Amino acid sequence: MTTLTSRIPASDLDPFSDDFLEDPLTHHETLRELGPVVYLTRYDVHAIARYDEVHRALTDWQSLQSGAGVGLSNFNHEEPWRPPSLLLEADPPRHDAPRAVLGELLSPRRLRALEGGWRADAAELVDEVLARATEFDAVHELAEAFPLRVFPDAVGIGKEDRHHLLPYGDFAFNAFGPRNDRVSERAKTIGPTIEWIGAQCQRENLSPTGFGAQIWEAADRGEIRPEHAPFIVRSLLTAGVDTTVTGIAALLHAVAAHPDQWDRLRADRTLLPRAFEEAVRLESPVQTFFRTTTTETVIADVVIPADRKVLMFLGAANRDPRRWDDPARFDLSRDPSGHVGFGMGLHQCVGQHIARLEALALLEALLDRVESIELTGIPRRHLNNTLRGWESMPVRVTRSV
Amino acid sequence: MSATAPAAPPLNPPIARGVVTVTERRVVAEGVVEFELRRPDGSRLPDWAPGAHIDIVLPDGTTRQYSLCGDRWDAATYRIAVLRESAGRGGSITLHDSVRVGDVLGFGGPRNNFRLAPADRYLFIAGGIGITPIVPMIRQADLLGADWSLLYLGRSRSALAYAQELSAFGGRVSVRCADEVGRSELAEWRPADADVRVYACGPSRLLDAVEAWGAAPGGLAPKTERFTAAATAARSAPRAAFDVVAARSGRSTTVGQDETVVTALRRIGIDVLTSCAQGVCCTCETDVVSGRPDHRDSLLSDAEQAASACMFPCVSRSLDSRLVLDL
Repeated sequence: MTTLTSRIPASDLDPFSDDFLEDPLTHHETLRELGPVVYLTRYDVHAIARYDEVHRALTDWQSLQSGAGVGLSNFNHEEPWRPPSLLLEADPPRHDAPRAVLGELLSPRRLRALEGGWRADAAELVDEVLARATEFDAVHELAEAFPLRVFPDAVGIGKEDRHHLLPYGDFAFNAFGPRNDRVSERAKTIGPTIEWIGAQCQRENLSPTGFGAQIWEAADRGEIRPEHAPFIVRSLLTAGVDTTVTGIAALLHAVAAHPDQWDRLRADRTLLPRAFEEAVRLESPVQTFFRTTTTETVIADVVIPADRKVLMFLGAANRDPRRWDDPARFDLSRDPSGHVGFGMGLHQCVGQHIARLEALALLEALLDRVESIELTGIPRRHLNNTLRGWESMPVRVTRSV
Repeated sequence: MSATAPAAPPLNPPIARGVVTVTERRVVAEGVVEFELRRPDGSRLPDWAPGAHIDIVLPDGTTRQYSLCGDRWDAATYRIAVLRESAGRGGSITLHDSVRVGDVLGFGGPRNNFRLAPADRYLFIAGGIGITPIVPMIRQADLLGADWSLLYLGRSRSALAYAQELSAFGGRVSVRCADEVGRSELAEWRPADADVRVYACGPSRLLDAVEAWGAAPGGLAPKTERFTAAATAARSAPRAAFDVVAARSGRSTTVGQDETVVTALRRIGIDVLTSCAQGVCCTCETDVVSGRPDHRDSLLSDAEQAASACMFPCVSRSLDSRLVLDL
């Protein structure tokens, strides 16, 4: 180890500390500029923060596996906190069947059936919010409220106790980091939430037409193992709520903080899909994931031994000036294609089209009803070991006349 | 470079997509040639799983489907094995007689209509060149520790591709050749147990017989893969140029032979959002107004390709000289 790490730039930054998570951008720049691969002394892991290296690590599943966990913990040596995900924490060949089933179920062509209903739901939600006030917390009233209104029903889980959904996702995404306070403190109270999530995944608790029931039907057809069905439903509940909340909040923040770009959107609605992609690029709701080397692996001429954790900074890659001009700008003239906010390669977010549909339905409803949106105070971050989101975002809107 | 890890494929492959170069050809049985295919720059090819096939576009535009039979842990290489069919429609003859190492071929996909579902027990049945999708299935079943057996049927041993490699699996592999034992009694192989999944590929007559077994009580029906002439659309040429029109603005441009629709549109100020840039993630899905797309994605089913309501401009091209998109 000594001979190896001495040749690689090292850093004692803690990417999971409050300080780093409050403002990761300057730290990202530090890591990017130290070198293509940086050794993080605090966690004894290699880290990559430049676009090319992150893109390569995301796509090269042969050298950089997910099956040993996509957090700091190495499942080859440590017990995971829950049975590993059959999607996120699996590699080919075991990853094939669950991914094929979800990929088909969540494809844009299949989601078209939901689009009309979700647009109506978004219109209804925005009307309700505007009827109450024109100053409100955009995180609570919109970014959280909308996914919670449409997604659990789309999966088909029970109507009771859905308040467990956000804390579950928050905990799961914290758990990819080290066992800091965000994990160990919340672990004390998360038990009932984990239990509730587990119960929602059982066939008898799922409505007959939702994604959940369709996953079970795939098991009936022999496409996946029946004993895997509840874990695949669990993946939807883990990865499908907090992430979209964070993505929508990123979009709302971007348009509220950039009135000129909001005006461009009002003038040209065809820019909407780009606005969401650009917000995902800029904010990178999922900031980090780990991989584990399957064999001695060379990244940018740095030799990383087998069975080592590699930390990928998606957020830093999405602002790498080697790849993006003026990367800190939210710019609707930019083509954000190729950002790694949804990952890349065979683990690329299988729910990305749901995220897009939700975000676009909500923003469209807002554009239909609101002339301007502005921040009325300093928004407050919600700190999570993996997600970059907001706790609150006070805004004022002017209704269209 | 390390001694133990293969060199990683280059990063961010350049625009030259949709073509592969023949890097090796090898006779693997009487009348069967295996082609090793790589991108011209050696970068990663799209991921695939056992049962997948690719479209190969020959220099004259003829398109044929071939199952991938290589090793997906080698991300930069595809392998296909092609039987020379003298009475066929000419694609295999061209590949055998005219395609040499260094030649460039168009490709589309991979697509997979023959996915290997997880199971504890499998019966694989291959008739002749139908062994090609079965070979990676066997490797995978073996890797996962499944209980599997293979019935490999053919005219004669010398015509059976990969028979030598497969013999390493010993008693799991049963080879039955017409010139040794006469016509095989297929019915004897019908599994009695419901937990045996049957995967079969080969001539229609064989697959008809296997499908006629139906499902064992409580089990699932056999899965079969057929390559029929009906499934192959005629194509213009691997990389012919064509015009693309963005219907909403009326703007148009020519898509050159070495660029994608996305790149060409970008040149005239029309950005199509993409992500994977290889036809697997769905991000750039675009509705087609008129013209027949030359589908090269991994996403659409045969029926969806035929209907052509939408296409994926990050990889797909046009069969017609003019393609109008809802942009």
